[in-house]
Amino acid sequence: MRTASPSPTPPRSPRPNPALWAGVTGLALIALLGVIGPLVWTDTATTLSGAAREGVSAEHWLGTDALGRDVLARTLVATRLTLLMTLAATAIAGTAGILLGTLVWVSGPRVRELGLRLIDVMVSYPALILALVVSAVLGAGPTAAVVSIGLGGCPAFARLTANMAASVAQRDFVSTARLTGVPPHRVLARHLLPNIAGPLIVLLSVAFAQVLTALSGLSFLGLGVQSPEYDWGALLSTGLEALYTNPAEAIGPAVAITVTGVLASFVGDGLAAGSDPRGGPVATAAARPAEHPGPSGRAPENALLIVDGLSVERPDGTRLVDGVSFHVMPGEIVGLVGESGSGKSLTAMTVARLLPDGLTSHAARLTLDDLDLDARRVDAARLATEVGIVFQDPSASFNPALRIGGQLTEVLRTHQGVSRAQARAEAIEALEKVRILNPEAVARQYPHELSGGMRQRAMIASAVLPGPKLIVADEPTTALDVTVQAEVLDLLRETNRRRGTGMLFISHDIGVVSTLCHRIVVMYAGRVVEELSARDLRAGRARHPYTKALLAAAPRLADHEDDALDEAGRRRPLATIAGRPPAAAERPAGCAFAARCPLVHQRCTHELPVPREGVACHAVASSTLAATARDDA
Amino acid sequence: MTYKLAVEDLTVVFGHGSRARTVLDRVSVGVRAGQTLGLVGESGSGKSTVAKTIVGINRPRTGRITLGGRDLTGLRGRDLTAVRRRIQLVPQDPYASLNPRMTVGRAIAEAVDPVRADARRHAGTVARWLETVALDASAADRYPHEFSGGQRQRIAVARALAVEPEVVIADEITSALDCSVQAEVLNLLAELRQTLDLTMVFISHDLAVVRHVSDEVAVLRHGELVEQGPCREVYRAPSHPYTRRLLASVPRPADADQESAA
Repeated sequence: MRTASPSPTPPRSPRPNPALWAGVTGLALIALLGVIGPLVWTDTATTLSGAAREGVSAEHWLGTDALGRDVLARTLVATRLTLLMTLAATAIAGTAGILLGTLVWVSGPRVRELGLRLIDVMVSYPALILALVVSAVLGAGPTAAVVSIGLGGCPAFARLTANMAASVAQRDFVSTARLTGVPPHRVLARHLLPNIAGPLIVLLSVAFAQVLTALSGLSFLGLGVQSPEYDWGALLSTGLEALYTNPAEAIGPAVAITVTGVLASFVGDGLAAGSDPRGGPVATAAARPAEHPGPSGRAPENALLIVDGLSVERPDGTRLVDGVSFHVMPGEIVGLVGESGSGKSLTAMTVARLLPDGLTSHAARLTLDDLDLDARRVDAARLATEVGIVFQDPSASFNPALRIGGQLTEVLRTHQGVSRAQARAEAIEALEKVRILNPEAVARQYPHELSGGMRQRAMIASAVLPGPKLIVADEPTTALDVTVQAEVLDLLRETNRRRGTGMLFISHDIGVVSTLCHRIVVMYAGRVVEELSARDLRAGRARHPYTKALLAAAPRLADHEDDALDEAGRRRPLATIAGRPPAAAERPAGCAFAARCPLVHQRCTHELPVPREGVACHAVASSTLAATARDDA
Repeated sequence: MTYKLAVEDLTVVFGHGSRARTVLDRVSVGVRAGQTLGLVGESGSGKSTVAKTIVGINRPRTGRITLGGRDLTGLRGRDLTAVRRRIQLVPQDPYASLNPRMTVGRAIAEAVDPVRADARRHAGTVARWLETVALDASAADRYPHEFSGGQRQRIAVARALAVEPEVVIADEITSALDCSVQAEVLNLLAELRQTLDLTMVFISHDLAVVRHVSDEVAVLRHGELVEQGPCREVYRAPSHPYTRRLLASVPRPADADQESAA
């Protein structure tokens, strides 16, 4: 992501998280029970009353067990032992697992390879069997149960930790830390652990719940806590013996286990969400009047694509694109240029009706010939046939499991009813036209078998094949090398010339746009600031202060040496634009560029400039007026 | 003239046996003290491999890497750690090169003192380096996500400088940035070259950017060095056909008029 975030973020206030608080409060209560339970109810829990296996009564809320002891009291007393054992076993599993899983990533490649294999072997061995083996060696009893369940849970922990650490360990900041000479154990403590802490805490809470049930399982098998001691698991297993005659007996320990487990996962989720410094409150949109700009009515009626007063909004009403208007004539290439966050891609995606979920668009007019692209439903066949799309990343836009040929002819076969053989012939011809050598072979290949440049050519072939009226190309050369880019640009130029296809070409690179396009639309902070011909742009006749600044910021490849160097023979600094574009939610009512503009005057900050002769700028408009007045005088 | 940092006949091979791939083939290139060497090439040309091999992430099959005349290949353990600190790498992606859980101050303090990484103890030094890259000293208490891409990249530069290295290697540090933000970072580098007498290897696929910051330029293609020379000469009169093709491929807003009119 390249979007800039506002830097002076106010200090975050701690967010109330209801699940976390419920979990912490609940677990605290249970822990409190663990402390006071044995002190208060031990007598009740061990008193043998005459009534064995009795149901629920006022005296015994959960009934009595086989020896006539109160089940509720026994459940409460068992809390302490259960909690202690679960905590101990979770600690063993967590500590051993996390250490093993992260240590492999700070050690050398050989140790790492060996460690990962070892973890794999351990994971493939079922945890409960491992626990049973350990407990068979150590004998029955609470300590043995804790150790065996702890060791049994360790491989899963190690595996998950190693996986999570892998993604962090390969990031640049870890290798940078190594390069500055940070010792391995500090890399582990400072860089690896904090960045996987969130998921690890969740994992620990899940493990806590699992250990709870596993320990109960061991007690059920007679390998855990031995009579006369008892934990919830032991109570549950004795309760299960009489499940059909006295179901109440099993309810107490069962509810205790479930509730504790759920509370533990609440705590885990809450902690994980709170531990990330990036998880600050999301800025909410300032309330904005919901006025929609009216039609500007500038576009000639014979235009191929007319975009008039287009806005794209987030569900909260923040306008990401704000009243954008432009048109594309038949056979014309129009460039949409701007920096990240300018709304150029969203504009293009609206035209192609590919807006991401959750965003809504509306326009005074959005038409391709007689096809209304702003309608609720658009004929899929017409849309697929009349708009061709070229994306930035051709490796992401082809299905890796299908051959190139089939993907190229999809529109022809589904929407135009062309036969398979005919479609194939056309696909090969199209590949030939984009100067792919040996098109028959390429049509049979899968996307990954082609180079980036070849894939982008195939993408163009695919966009051109159904004979669209308009091609929307979203940063089609950004991922390509400069020599390949030159070829792809040539290809687009040729397609346009040969077939007269109109094009909407989106790019952040004003150099690319100026060589390919006939007309250029410059966007800033979701609005169009200037529209000018490529000839004017190349001749340095850009007028909007933002367009000028953008041109001046680009380092030149071959401008005249004396121009780029100062008297001392040093290179002159590039022009920069102070400050940053406003976030969509904070876009001012006036000109969005006002805060950074060298020509700003009072009017700019509160009054939205109306485009005049292609430029939406008060300063330019008034200087033009002044010049005209001077000429008149 | 002698080079501050040089690689001689550097060959790097990835993989073994039949799958072995030569990524760098006998590349010799160097940078003089106080100068900047631009390393250009397209994807797969091996320019980033040169950087990674110099800082020790990749191991060369053959060849020498010398810093101030001393051979670095074959160094191990403590010697290697000490030498590594003398060459610092600024990575491409400012969103991946800063630990999201660490304040900016601590990240720079870690570069100063890798063992303790105490932002408070080194507060003065941290503030000084932040000022060097034109950031406010208050930035030290904030986390990376609170900064824009350009600011993050300046923080990454500050961290590399805080080590007080002899050579800085900048690997595509402006390619993830918007044009106007890129200008900001390029100006900063130009200024640092003046004030700190920086020795730098600047790697980029963007010929115009390389020209703006470099004294000398080296062109790589498919792991081989195609051309090296003073920037001014290479850009004005490239001697290798590949360099000519590379230069001709760059779209230019200013002087493309004749082409398109033709």
